[in-house]
Amino acid sequence: MNEMVIRLKGVTRSFNGPKGKIIALNDVSLSLSSGELLAVNGPSGCGKTTLLVTAAGMLKPDQGDVVFVEKDHPYNLPPDRRSRLRAGVIGFVFQQFHLIPYLTVRENIIIPSLSAPGKELDQRAQELIQQFGLHERADHVPSQLSTGERQRTALARALFNRPRIIMADEPTGNLDDENAHIVLKHLGHYVSMGGSVLLVTHSAGAADYATRILKMKDGHLLSS
Amino acid sequence: MKIQQLVLKEIIHRKLNFSLSVFATLIATASLIGSIVLLRVYDIRTESILQQKEAELQARMDKLQDDMRKAMLVLGFNIVILPKDQDLADWYSDDYSVKDMPESYVDRLANSDILSIRHLLPSLQQKILWPERRRSVILVGTRGEVPRLHQTPRKSLVQPVPYGSITLGYELHRSMDIRVNDTVKLMGKTFTVNECYEERGNKDDITAWINLKEAQELLGKEGRINAILALECLCTGSSSLPTIRKEIAAILPGTQVIERGSRALARAEARTKVAQEAATTLEKEKRGRETIRHEKERMASILIPAVLLACALWVAFMGFINVRSRREEIGILRTVGISARHIFMLFTWKHLSIGILGGFWGLALGTILPFLFSGPDYALRVGAVGPLTFWLGLGALSLIGASFLSVVAGWIPAMIASRQDPAEVLRDE
Repeated sequence: MNEMVIRLKGVTRSFNGPKGKIIALNDVSLSLSSGELLAVNGPSGCGKTTLLVTAAGMLKPDQGDVVFVEKDHPYNLPPDRRSRLRAGVIGFVFQQFHLIPYLTVRENIIIPSLSAPGKELDQRAQELIQQFGLHERADHVPSQLSTGERQRTALARALFNRPRIIMADEPTGNLDDENAHIVLKHLGHYVSMGGSVLLVTHSAGAADYATRILKMKDGHLLSS
Repeated sequence: MKIQQLVLKEIIHRKLNFSLSVFATLIATASLIGSIVLLRVYDIRTESILQQKEAELQARMDKLQDDMRKAMLVLGFNIVILPKDQDLADWYSDDYSVKDMPESYVDRLANSDILSIRHLLPSLQQKILWPERRRSVILVGTRGEVPRLHQTPRKSLVQPVPYGSITLGYELHRSMDIRVNDTVKLMGKTFTVNECYEERGNKDDITAWINLKEAQELLGKEGRINAILALECLCTGSSSLPTIRKEIAAILPGTQVIERGSRALARAEARTKVAQEAATTLEKEKRGRETIRHEKERMASILIPAVLLACALWVAFMGFINVRSRREEIGILRTVGISARHIFMLFTWKHLSIGILGGFWGLALGTILPFLFSGPDYALRVGAVGPLTFWLGLGALSLIGASFLSVVAGWIPAMIASRQDPAEVLRDE
């Protein structure tokens, strides 16, 4: 039986906007198990990114609870412990890549180890560089990379700490079809190895790789 | 990857921000160190100037002392021989002796073998009322210089007043409109004015000099005198006066000897005064430099904190800009699990680097500039300004002080960076 890695129970999150209160998440509940790639589709502004960061323990919900691996409640932990928990459990991939511009590919991949450097970590970075076909670009900075290479670097960084789950926010949004396919293939491979992916996207192509698809509208999570 | 490596890479990436922060720290440190070194150089220069002036003064004093010794030797000094029973308090107040002694005393002295006594001038002085003119005068009877029997004849210092002649002081001839060759009556006796003196500004201006014999007759003191002036006595220093006194006492037991207004004494007094003035000038110089130092210190105590504050604000401002431009980077670091404490450390390490680098260059600049401004005398004399411990202290002050300033200035930006909400950052980005 696959292990449940993340669970959201009745999560509600709202913001104060210029035109009043905006409910980004409205009583959302979901769970994600290992070996599962859950794709959440929906139009812009429906609350997909809020769902992602709330599920990742970065945005405390107004109501409801988030549980990691059936035992850890990130929002009950002090900030530093929550950061450590997040670093151990979750990897992130974003549409905008968010690579550090003055670091090389190798350094960007290894950056999660900043708080605990070690030699074996260099070995891990090298494995990821090989796995994502970045060995020729390992010493290049992001401005010298193609968009596909940047996203592969971001994906390698997300996998560096061997997380239980990858939170991916429109990872193919800035990529051409070929590179989008490569990224999704890597995510699929990760899931086949027992990992979990929460993929937030409005791309229809991503559905081909998903084990489950949910739709989101006005802060509500709907079944596919 | 270590935090320090990330800091270094970010510094290289954002050189301008880092350089401007280092520059501000450099200015702050250079101002502080420069002020300290300048004040120190000023102190040393003051010390040097005062030492030099003191040495010059001492040399001058030594020369004056030597000159005085020589002058005393060559010029001699003047003594007055008075009757032994004359009260000196009265003599000093009246300026003449009311007691008298035999005129033969001067001859006995002239015929003695004392070598230290040179020119001898016996006189009979008395303050009288000039009856014909109804005014007080000092009447002095003098016979001129008495030649020494045992010494080579010398040119007389003072010429005698001829018999029947009178010499008048300035105030007497001026007030009574008397001129040379006029005849005047004094106590019923007629005298021809042989000389009218220029103004001297002392009792000589109301003195009338006549021949000693005539003075003795007019005052009813035949064969008596009340003072013997011995001019330009030879001596080898001020300590010779007791010796002369002893020698004179052996010949003229009924007398006493006092020193009076000699040229050597006057010159010595003048030189002492010059020395005192030089010492006063030196003291004034010292006080003047102390005043300037206090002013410099006061100025520094106002300017330095202002410069430090301005530089700290600038470093803080640069810190805010740095945090703003690294917002995305902070967000991603927080997302991949880097703790707020590590983010804070990241910025604090950077500010520490700014402080160390700014402190080092500030120390160099703050040391070099005062030497350049202090002129060539001090340019190559770092060792003269202070011992090794002084420079080590300055070095420690620069590095620790600049680091402290930079870290404190960067504290709030670092706090802001560490408190960035990664979700908010990533959502905005």
